[in-house]
Amino acid sequence: MTMATTQKSTGRPGRRIDLQVIGPILALIALLLIGMALNSNFLSYANITNVLARSAFIGIIAVGMTFVITAGGLDLSVGSMAAFVAGLMILVMNLLTESMGVTLPVILIGIALALLAGLVAGFINGILITRVGIEAFIVTLGTMGIYRSLITWLADGGTLSLGFEMRELYRPVYYGGIAGISWPIIAFVVVAVLGEIVMRHTAFGRHCAAIGSNEKVARYSSISVLKVRLATYVLLGLLVGFAVVMYVPRLGSASASTGLLWELEAIAAVIIGGTLLKGGFGRVWGTVVGVLILSLIGNILNLTDFVSPYLNGAIQGAVIILAVVLQRKGSTER
Amino acid sequence: MTKTLIATTALVGALIGPMSGMALAETIGVSIPAATHGWAGALNFHAERTIERLKEVYPEHEFVLATTPDSATQVSDLEDMVATRGIDALVVLPFESEPLTGPIQRIADSGTWVTVVDRGLAVEGIETLYVAGDNDSFGRTAGQYFADTLDEGAKVVAMRGIPSTVDNERVEGFEAALDGSGIEVLAMDHGNWNRDTAFTLMQDWLSRFPEIDAVWAADDDMAVGALAAIEQAGRTGEMIVVGGAGMKEMVDRIRSGDSTVPVDVTYPPSMISTAIEMTVVGVTGAAPMSGEFIIASELITPENADDFYFEDSPY
Repeated sequence: MTMATTQKSTGRPGRRIDLQVIGPILALIALLLIGMALNSNFLSYANITNVLARSAFIGIIAVGMTFVITAGGLDLSVGSMAAFVAGLMILVMNLLTESMGVTLPVILIGIALALLAGLVAGFINGILITRVGIEAFIVTLGTMGIYRSLITWLADGGTLSLGFEMRELYRPVYYGGIAGISWPIIAFVVVAVLGEIVMRHTAFGRHCAAIGSNEKVARYSSISVLKVRLATYVLLGLLVGFAVVMYVPRLGSASASTGLLWELEAIAAVIIGGTLLKGGFGRVWGTVVGVLILSLIGNILNLTDFVSPYLNGAIQGAVIILAVVLQRKGSTER
Repeated sequence: MTKTLIATTALVGALIGPMSGMALAETIGVSIPAATHGWAGALNFHAERTIERLKEVYPEHEFVLATTPDSATQVSDLEDMVATRGIDALVVLPFESEPLTGPIQRIADSGTWVTVVDRGLAVEGIETLYVAGDNDSFGRTAGQYFADTLDEGAKVVAMRGIPSTVDNERVEGFEAALDGSGIEVLAMDHGNWNRDTAFTLMQDWLSRFPEIDAVWAADDDMAVGALAAIEQAGRTGEMIVVGGAGMKEMVDRIRSGDSTVPVDVTYPPSMISTAIEMTVVGVTGAAPMSGEFIIASELITPENADDFYFEDSPY
């Protein structure tokens, strides 16, 4: 909101000055160097795999969030939505196990259901925002509360757990992989690359930026503003469903505390990556860097006794602000 | 958000109460936090179960159960109970100590029986009866188990809960029990009573420390996360994990003789049942029930695990 001066550059990303583009990367490199200096295990295969795999959930969601924010929207419901979809998926898979046994089709139905539930949830958000015309902030604040309550209710206040044998069958989706690269990392990379292509090289991506930049002009340019907006929320919902497909095999459970604050982490990652919070310009690869920065801070803090654990949040906050300051400084308009 | 169960309708109470000519009908209000995490979920389960039971034993009494998502709602719930239900006794697990002390004090001053559960009030002497778990004993029992079973020089990591008084008391008890045992605490950090946070934290500790002999997770939810990380790293068998609270999955593992999870420490959510039962006995004058009732944490072992397993409980 205080970034009005940067508006001129929107829609002309090619003319952005280098420092602004490489700001998040510099922050990432700085964190990597700090991590290496503090602990010799930092660059070990296990640690790198852990950090990348745990980034995948927020990362996949944040890619979708990049489109929503670029088109001038916001979605606060993704964390609760993920918890709700995970709970639904576990409930249905447990039910199906009774009749179909511990078989692959149960997992496939579970995955299809998670994707569908995410899609529908995103569609509901999108319809309320575009057709009913309620502020995105209010709609998604409302659905955030609704999904959080629903998962608490579904789980009866406790934890929904996948049956033990089914968990063993589904487990490789998180812990397994190809050539030493685990599935969540592969999924994250695929989503990020596709996201970058869609954002840069398709009409949909450009329409998002145009709408976020100036809705009226976009409408006069015969862009179907409502449809594109709706599509961004549906896409985000679908990606939440996809993230859940990766999340459930990890611990095989969902509870009222699942996905807590994921929405804020996703939004922070998007902004750290250089996407404008008020829309009009989005950078998917920047979002990926943002997600990695957030994960690395937590990882480094856990690997050292450098600061009191009470101050973890303060360190994270400081790094987020610093990363954004770094890129704003490069802005030519200032 | 607020769910109110009315045990017997006012109408039935009005018709049957006077006619049956039994002991004076009392209305007992129960106010507890909503089921936002496993332990609170079990708290709700046990509260409802106990009220069901008491309704059958004492059909003349009425019970009002309200669950609350935050302190402000709890204050309104209490006001409603006094104004519209005319409660004679209150069983309350305060959401937070400070904000609830004033409102509960006013209820107590009006002559209502007040039972405070688990979270003490900021001012002493308000409640008629205080029923609570023992946080110091919760940490001490786990620490004592380590001191008794681990060798001198053993290395442990400790996963704390959300920063709070409860957490501090537990950790103090844990550290006091380890004092002088020669066991080294490698690291201690907050897992926030959350599975995902605990999983991440344990992954990072496993990268950081080549040797860990035991993990203390001050809650079974965190123990579940820690166990998954240990399994992923292929280090099952190198260390034991001791959680706390008595989640049924963990009790089941102990029961079946899992060597990674040899014991667990209780912090029973069923203490709400203790509180409601004692209040009913106290308020009807059947037996003196005022004072403090502290439920010590017990060690769940393979031998006694059956006593701590509740099939229907969500936790």
